[in-house]
Amino acid sequence: MKAISVEEAVAMIPAGASVMVGGFMGVGTPERLLDEVVRQHKTGLVLISNDAATPGKGVGKLFDAGLVSRLTASHIGLNPKAQQQMLANQIAVDLIPQGTLVERIRAGGCGLGGVLTPTGVGTTVAEGKRQIEIDGKAFLLETAVRAQFALVHAFLADYLGNLSYALTARNFNPVMAMAADTVIVTAEHIVPVGVIAPDHVVTPAPLVDYLIANE
Amino acid sequence: MDAQEIIGRRVARELRTGHLVNLGIGIPTLVANYVPSDIKVFFQSENGLIGTGPIPEQGMAHPHLTDAGGRPISALPGACTFDSAMSFGLIRGGHLDVTVLGGLQVDAEGHLANWMIPGKMVPGMGGAMDLVSGAKRVIVAMQHAAKGKSKIVRKCTLPLTSSRIIDLVVTDIAVIGFPDGKAMLMETAPGVTVAEVMAVTEAELVIPDTVPEMTI
Repeated sequence: MKAISVEEAVAMIPAGASVMVGGFMGVGTPERLLDEVVRQHKTGLVLISNDAATPGKGVGKLFDAGLVSRLTASHIGLNPKAQQQMLANQIAVDLIPQGTLVERIRAGGCGLGGVLTPTGVGTTVAEGKRQIEIDGKAFLLETAVRAQFALVHAFLADYLGNLSYALTARNFNPVMAMAADTVIVTAEHIVPVGVIAPDHVVTPAPLVDYLIANE
Repeated sequence: MDAQEIIGRRVARELRTGHLVNLGIGIPTLVANYVPSDIKVFFQSENGLIGTGPIPEQGMAHPHLTDAGGRPISALPGACTFDSAMSFGLIRGGHLDVTVLGGLQVDAEGHLANWMIPGKMVPGMGGAMDLVSGAKRVIVAMQHAAKGKSKIVRKCTLPLTSSRIIDLVVTDIAVIGFPDGKAMLMETAPGVTVAEVMAVTEAELVIPDTVPEMTI
């Protein structure tokens, strides 16, 4: 793990990159990184996140700035700007059941080719997908998802990069921290090694490439 | 008593001590207000919490403690938090006893459509498909009709949420179940007759010999 400035971190992300962003309706989202993505105007992003948050909050800022070309999410209903951009064909949107989305990302981070889920069988979600029967029950084959970058927000990060999370701000963060080539983390608090007890580390330090240093 | 309170009170009577329960947004959220004090259930919020409590008092909201709509909530003693993979493992894995969701349409065979209106409302399914596919019991809590049109239909015309047959629909005028895969009128709301329910229901209903009044 290397501690760097938010400017340096975002400078590594090229236009058009695939980026996973942790958070659920903007809760547990690395806001400082997103503010800097907007400031550096990284266009054409292929965004993977649970939802589109709301305008002005979380990944909603990326839609405000028109930086997203493609979105994979489970829900965008609370962001009218993302909806407008989808209906105007400015962004391509893949809407995926939330449990399937997180499992596809988990598979991507765990070296699996995909997962079999009963969710979506017999619905429009099944269109174009392989259906596999196991012990008489139907499952859809849902393939793994990875990204070039994961932007993760933790509650505590220690000097090595071990992470723990707070309450419902955990959500997709630890799963995404497994599933990207480069993992960049912001934390509420950077603390000495040992403050996070071994049993309370959720994301082990070797998964973290860059930690945004305090200003 | 208004329509939403009737629905909330009647659904709450389906919950048992020890149940793990997920309440959807809208009318289902109200169910928590009507759980009898001697019934102790665990409420899950799919963004990663078991043990959700009421809206925090003024000044007590925490930015990292929210419901699935991103609104501040509280956590009860004994609450626990987890990531989204665990949350949906609980939902799909048969660990969730009851899910209560809103509905756009429920048809005579017990199919639910509640996540999109093509060309009009395309918000994404969020967790709805996983909840309906995975929960042990699926209860739909919704108004019986919208803008004068029955939401209990012969066949869903909107895209289905799951191929799974739901267990119960509770509306402001009726409780409908699906034994043998056919909609059956189980109860009517106080002061509502069977004929009145049938008159405003598009789907054909099986009517048993006796249809008790809802206890709320």
